[in-house]
Amino acid sequence: MILVLVETSPSREAVEVSREAVTFARSLSDSGGGVPVDAVVVGAASEALVATLASYGVRQVHVLEGDAFAAFSGAAWASGILAVRASAGSVVVMAAGTPRGNEVMAHVAARAGVAMAANVLSFSGLSPFVVTRQVVGGSALEEMRLSDRPAVFTVAGHAVEASPAAAPGPGEVVTHTPDVDAADLVARVVSSEEPEPDLSGTLTSARVVVGAGRGAGSSDGFADLLELTELVGGSLGVSRVVTSLGWRPHHEQVGQTGSRISPDLYIPCGISGAIQHWAGCSTAKNILAINTDPDAPMVTKATYAVIGDLHEVVPAINEEIRRRRSAG
Amino acid sequence: MTNVLVCIKRVVDSSSEVVLTDDGQAVDGRFAGFTMSAHEECAVELAVQIAAATGGAATVLTLGDADATEQLRSALAVGCTAAVHIVADSQTFGPADVAREIAVVARDHDLVLLGNDAADSGDFQVGIRLAYELGRPVVNGVTNVVVEDGVAVASGAGPDGHETYRVPLPAVVTILEGGVEPRYPTVPGRMKAKKVAIEERTPSAAPAGPARVRLLLPPPAPSNVQILGKGADAAPAVVDLFEQLGVLAR
Ligand SMILES: Cc1cc2nc3c(=O)[nH]c(=O)nc-3n(C[C@H](O)[C@H](O)[C@H](O)COP(=O)(O)OP(=O)(O)OC[C@H]3O[C@@H](n4cnc5c(N)ncnc54)[C@H](O)[C@@H]3O)c2cc1C
Ligand SMILES: Nc1ncnc2c1ncn2[C@@H]1O[C@H](COP(=O)(O)O)[C@@H](O)[C@H]1O
Repeated sequence: MILVLVETSPSREAVEVSREAVTFARSLSDSGGGVPVDAVVVGAASEALVATLASYGVRQVHVLEGDAFAAFSGAAWASGILAVRASAGSVVVMAAGTPRGNEVMAHVAARAGVAMAANVLSFSGLSPFVVTRQVVGGSALEEMRLSDRPAVFTVAGHAVEASPAAAPGPGEVVTHTPDVDAADLVARVVSSEEPEPDLSGTLTSARVVVGAGRGAGSSDGFADLLELTELVGGSLGVSRVVTSLGWRPHHEQVGQTGSRISPDLYIPCGISGAIQHWAGCSTAKNILAINTDPDAPMVTKATYAVIGDLHEVVPAINEEIRRRRSAG
Repeated sequence: MTNVLVCIKRVVDSSSEVVLTDDGQAVDGRFAGFTMSAHEECAVELAVQIAAATGGAATVLTLGDADATEQLRSALAVGCTAAVHIVADSQTFGPADVAREIAVVARDHDLVLLGNDAADSGDFQVGIRLAYELGRPVVNGVTNVVVEDGVAVASGAGPDGHETYRVPLPAVVTILEGGVEPRYPTVPGRMKAKKVAIEERTPSAAPAGPARVRLLLPPPAPSNVQILGKGADAAPAVVDLFEQLGVLAR
């Protein structure tokens, strides 16, 4: 049996990356002769959540309940998952490659004394079980052999597209209230505050993001970029160089260690397009790069580009927008 | 008095093009140079702050080849006062091997800080495995830690907001960048770093190794870029595009 940790949103729905992980598990099941796919959910599972998981082909939804699961603890979650695994006999334990998914799977692997592969994109064989995963922030791939059982791994975000099964599974709910050792509750979340509404929230939901990198030149180089941001009703996103030089705050950073954005249009200005930056903007629908270097990776990967100095191009665009507005 | 151990890894600077070694087992650093991950730079900064605030000491540790002294010296230059070098080829050590080797040294320390994930292998697990080796609690992926009355107060962004953990020491905490600004080394700091004697150790056991078959480079994506123009003259074409995509705020 394949056991997938499914994470839920504040409204208790299965998050997209977890649905991707279940989709991945199904393809693994198909090539493994149809071993069932089960889900494990921490905290009460609504009927809607169970229905979603059934539509993804899930056989059983294991629900971990009890005081031990009231606040997050990686060790407690892992202990609960291993209790489910013991009762159901899973040969694979997996999750989405989210911060929580990677953390909990690392606990599972350490407790079970097996290897763990983070951020898997695909698998290429069952015996031996070989997975390909992202390393070096996505700039390289590693083929890794997972010979232990359970095979423990996480699935990189967007490695596969989340898609319901051709035929739904039974989605039978099995509730577990395993005993959790006091030691597993020592490192536990003691308080959680609502996120600041106006920080990266608008950046991740903006339809248009204007990006700024080292090409902005200095902390004084943002006036035209901010004007463009306002003219297109968008948000400003920046590269890590910009935040580490202190030109702009960290919450504006886009990339592997910043926000992940998927706007209709991303306009990176003076950003080279390093893989760690690309990791945060690759799902933008359209990219218009403005860069002096026609060979910059951001330019070659973009949908559209303007070759030139952003300090000339951006003011000219702003001027043209204002001109058309006053004319129209 | 909190004695902090901070673990860093010498990795190839991958901010530009990544090249693999001929045997496909590692990233080739001959041209790009070496660094440590930004998460670890922040962990070093936090270790130095906690040592200063509690009158303790910050020790830096790495498991790496002879050249990894370069990264130990950079941590010494920003305020760590002792260094431990487990001399070994880190490419032949898997995450469980590294955790076991760190554990040998870490038993004497109240708090061990690590990065959330190493910039090259990205295994996301050495800190957690270390905690199990030591039988200590572990907080993972936080951006800030302070020590108050023998308790590590660690906080960072979680899926539902800003989360706080309070764990009695001894404990293990893994750090994500973004909570603190790593300081730049000063000239006196660099001079002092040169004088610190680095404790060299050999691994306590032969490594089982990573389960790596080989590394590969992802195929380059074909370019389909449409160049709208050069310099300021491109502005009308850009604004035409904005209108076509319907993104202009009215
Ligand atoms: C573990 C790790 C995590 C990382 N996480 C992130 C992350 O989350 N986000 C991130 O952004 N980076 C991240 N990085 C850093 C990343 O590798 C790059 O160093 C960074 O993205 C480069 O920023 P940049 O494009 O602004 O600067 P550069 O790479 O220096 O590029 C500047 C670009 O601007 C162009 N330019 C210069 N002047 C002008 C001008 N006047 N007009 C127009 N164009 C001009 C140049 O041609 C060049 O293409 C990470 C690195 C590591 C190792
Ligand atoms: N060879 C090493 N020497 C010292 N610390 C290491 C080593 N490898 C990993 N670490 C630490 O463990 C963290 C997580 O690494 P990983 O689990 O490999 O992604 C890193 O950020 C480092 O702090």
